[in-house]
This record gives sequence, structure tokens and C-alpha cells, in this order.
Amino acid sequence: MTDITELGVAAIRDGVAGGTFSAIEVAEAFNANVAAAQDALNAFIVATPEKALAAAKTTDARRAAGEPLGPMAGVPIGMKDLFATAGVQTTAASHILEGFVPQYESTVSQKLWDAGAGMLGKLNLDQFAMGSSNETSHFGNVISPWKRPGSNAQLAPGGSSGGSSAAIAARLAPAATGTDTGGSIRQPAAFTGISGIKPTYGRCSRWGVVAFASSLDQAGAMARDVTDCAIMLEAMAGFDPKDSTSLDLPVPAWTAGLSANMKGKTVGIPKEYRVDGMPPEIDAIWEQGIAWLKDAGANVVEVSLPHTRYALPTYYIIAPAEASSNLARYDGVRYGLRDLPDGANLQDMYAATRAAGFGAEVKRRIMIGTYVLSAGFYDAYYTQAQKVRTLISQDFAKAFEQVDVLLTPTAPSAAFALGENVDDPLAMYLNDVFTVPASLAGLPAMSVPAGLDAQGLPLGLQIIGRPLDEQGVLNAGLAIERRAGFTAKPEKWW
Amino acid sequence: MSVDTATVAKIASLARIKVSDAELEAMVPELNGILAWVEQLGEVDVSGVEPMTAVIPNTLRLRDDVIGADPLTGGDRRDAVLANAPAAEHGFFGVPKVIE
Repeated sequence: MTDITELGVAAIRDGVAGGTFSAIEVAEAFNANVAAAQDALNAFIVATPEKALAAAKTTDARRAAGEPLGPMAGVPIGMKDLFATAGVQTTAASHILEGFVPQYESTVSQKLWDAGAGMLGKLNLDQFAMGSSNETSHFGNVISPWKRPGSNAQLAPGGSSGGSSAAIAARLAPAATGTDTGGSIRQPAAFTGISGIKPTYGRCSRWGVVAFASSLDQAGAMARDVTDCAIMLEAMAGFDPKDSTSLDLPVPAWTAGLSANMKGKTVGIPKEYRVDGMPPEIDAIWEQGIAWLKDAGANVVEVSLPHTRYALPTYYIIAPAEASSNLARYDGVRYGLRDLPDGANLQDMYAATRAAGFGAEVKRRIMIGTYVLSAGFYDAYYTQAQKVRTLISQDFAKAFEQVDVLLTPTAPSAAFALGENVDDPLAMYLNDVFTVPASLAGLPAMSVPAGLDAQGLPLGLQIIGRPLDEQGVLNAGLAIERRAGFTAKPEKWW
Repeated sequence: MSVDTATVAKIASLARIKVSDAELEAMVPELNGILAWVEQLGEVDVSGVEPMTAVIPNTLRLRDDVIGADPLTGGDRRDAVLANAPAAEHGFFGVPKVIE
């Protein structure tokens, strides 16, 4: 029999429904992989094998009773530890939330359980989703399952959804939730040779998701192929009255609508994404992607997004500003850590608690955010950034008058080694140069694996779509996936 | 605009984060590096441009004016609200003495 853990979402679901294997067998196989890899990869903060088994038992019982099975029935998944899970510690990979046990379930995770999925555990991430390498977690770095040949250097799984990407690439989970504020689904997907989609802002409820930058935060699906992403996203998305920015729209049947035929579609290549110093391999894979989409029937044209170079500095004003406001709630009073030095008053307690509970990158962003929102600087920084954000969004709107989707590289490099960028915040921020613009405009975007670089490390291509056109994004992704034939996986060393 | 040690100390105080003198010294060049980099936004001509308020057109909904309309968020959940408090006492959040 084939190794169940090599299968994706659709294959597992169909295998369970058809009786090829039981949901219990699936859960046991993935639980075993999770346990065996934990010391080496550190992908999970908490493993919940009992939850995976309980969901599997329910699925098997429903099947035996002839009851209808959900679209994710029998599929165990990883849950990024940014989603509140009732009764299971939820930390955002921070010390300040260590030991926090939610009394309620996030809307997105509840939808996945309702669809029949089970939980393998809570996945590690950059602290409060702030990072691009998974090196800011209070619970230690996630180690990518990928290695450079002949080298033992530990590579970054990307971030912030680094536990999700590492777990899927290492076959610890067939799929996982991610969240994307400036590229936190797409960049880790590219680094580990998997697929990941961030839908249009407002498609997935933010209720019960630990907030980082509320105007940018969006949950999405990560899996090994486009079809699995579509199935999972369909289960996650949908209107939620408990999120004031949730879109009150029906969820399209994305999976049924999948088509790799790009005839009649126009693909835009934004010329401003050809940045200085881009490695030739990134440029080559981009050219390859263009050729694949032409082969799929698409017309390819160059477009201009003139404000692209201002996207990152815009993001690094808006995201820290929103973060400084959102993270004000961690005060040592209502939940989480409290540090109460001898003789401290209330203000001392706040300051001591936050000093002890937040990591260096989180503090840095809170400080930047506090400064740009402070009296006298608000207009120069924050209002200016929100105006530039309007211009970035208008650039996209103009391009989409002419094209259906945009094709770009996902990240400016393959995975780097842990420690390589950790002392230089600006170098780390540049990782998100291609992913941040779509986030600022709230657009659906996905990364699909396209090939390997000379060192044998995965490279991803990004597709950006019109607002609400996840279907167009998924279809272009599928067209690339069919032609890329990406089957590489990390050689097991853990 | 660049920040000095006194300004960073002021920001830390506004953000309610206790920082040591050594941390403060380390933060000054770090924050200045980031601020100098984001200040390139100043060169963008934004005359006549409205600041972004919503990426996708949307309207704020009003919920029904009913207590407990949503069983999860509608109130009467004191014990759940206090369940994770570091110092819950007598049905309240406990804090250090505020009034001398």
C-alpha cells in the first residue's frame, strides 16, 4: 500500500470516502510523522494527536452509518498557532500568551472542523506573525526540511507561516492553515516547494485570529497542490457577522471551477518587479512561468505598477502602526503573562509585563508603530503611507483593466540559512518585496512551486488576481502546476 | 527625522515597554535605520489622493439591538472571560493598588 502521508487533501478524502483506508489509519500515520520530526524540525508548538484521532473516529463512524461526509472529511491538518482553538493553548509563538487557553474557537478553524478535518497540532510561526524566517518564535526556530546538498546548514522555512510550510513539505500534514499580512503564506510556500493562497481581504473571517495588522491580515490555505488549496480555502472562507470586515458574499465553488486552460486570458508581467540584483535563477524561472502560461493559451503583456518600490516602506509604516494598536491589549490584566515586580504600581506592571513577554522584533515594531502614530508625526508617516497605499491599489486597478492576472516571482531568493539575516531587520524585510504590494491592495494571490535552483532548493511563482477572483488565481496556478510538474521533495534526514 | 535616546525612551514609555539603558542605546540606530528608509515615501506626490480606508468596498453593518444576540459574544460569560486572567478575584480582574 502507498504511504498515506505522501497523499494530499483530495486523495485522502477520496480514499477515506471510498474505503481504501480508514480515517483512523490516516490520522495515525500523520501523528507518527509529527512525533518523529518534532525534535529536528520544531514545526509544532503543541501536538494534538488525540484531536486528530477523535475527528477521524467521527468520520469513520459517519461513513459506516452512511451519513454524508464533509469536503475535508478524514483529512488531518496543522493549525497555525495564531488561530484560537478552544481548550488548546494558543500563543502566537509569544511568551506573553504562553499558557493562554482560549474559551472559544476561531471561525476559520471551526469551519474546517465542520468540514470534517481534524487537528494534528498547533504550528509554530514567527512571533505574532512578525518575521520572514520563523526565527522570532519564543518556542525556537522552525527548521526547513530542505537542505543544500553537501551542507548541514539549517535553512529557513520562510515566515511567518514557517511551521505550516515545513510541516507540509516534510509530510507531517497534507495541509495547514496560514495567515498572510505581507507575504506570510506565499513566501514560506515558495521556500519549501508547496502551494499557498491568500484570498481577497475579507473572504476569511478574522474572528479568533490573533491580530497583527487588521487591515492586512487574511487567513488562507497551504497544501502541496492547487486543487488541495482550493478545497481547503472553500471550507475556510465565508461571511461571518462577528468580523466587521468580513465580506457578505457567497463562497464560489472554486474546486469545481478549476481549469488549466488559459485561452482568452491575459497575463500581465509588471516591469517594476525586475529589481536590481535579482538572482538570474529567479529571472529564469519567471521567464519559464511566462512560457508555461503562453503554452496554456494565455496572452502575455508587460504592465506597469509605478508605485511598486514604495510598497515595502508603506507596509513598514502601516503594519507596525496597526500592530502597536492591536498589541496594546497585552497588559498583564486580562490574559497571558503578568510580571509584577515588588512594589510595582499598575503602570510599572504593564511595562514589566510587556518587556518580559514580547520578543525583540515585536518590540521593534510596536516602537516604530507608536512613533509613527504619535502626535506631530501622524500625518508625515501614517497618513502619507495610507495615501501611497491608495496609489499602489490604483496601480493594480489600472493594470487589471488590461489583464486578468499578474505573474511575478514569489520571493527574491530561494531559502536562506537561519541566522543569515537575523541581525539586519531591513535585509529581512526585503524578502517580502514581491508579496507586500498585493497585501496592501487586499488582492487574492498565491504561490506555486515552479522549479529548483542550482542548489536544489525550491523556487515559487506568484499569481496576483483581481479582487474576488480567486478562481482566476487558482486557474493560472493550476496551469503552471501542470507544466512545472514539480515533484521534488526534501530528502528525509530527520 | 531621526530619533535620539531621549525620544526612544519617550516612545518606549508611550508603548509601556520597560527598556534598559543598554537596550535603549541599541534601539536608537535600529529605529533610525528603519525610519530613514520609510521616509522615502516623502518623495511621492500625493496631492489630491485620499488615504486608504478600505481595500475592498464594504459597509459597516449594525447588529440587532438585542442583548445576547450572539451566544458567544453577547454577554453573561463572566467565568469564560476571567478564565485566563493572571489574577482573577471575586469575579473581577485583580490589579495592583491604583489609588494611594
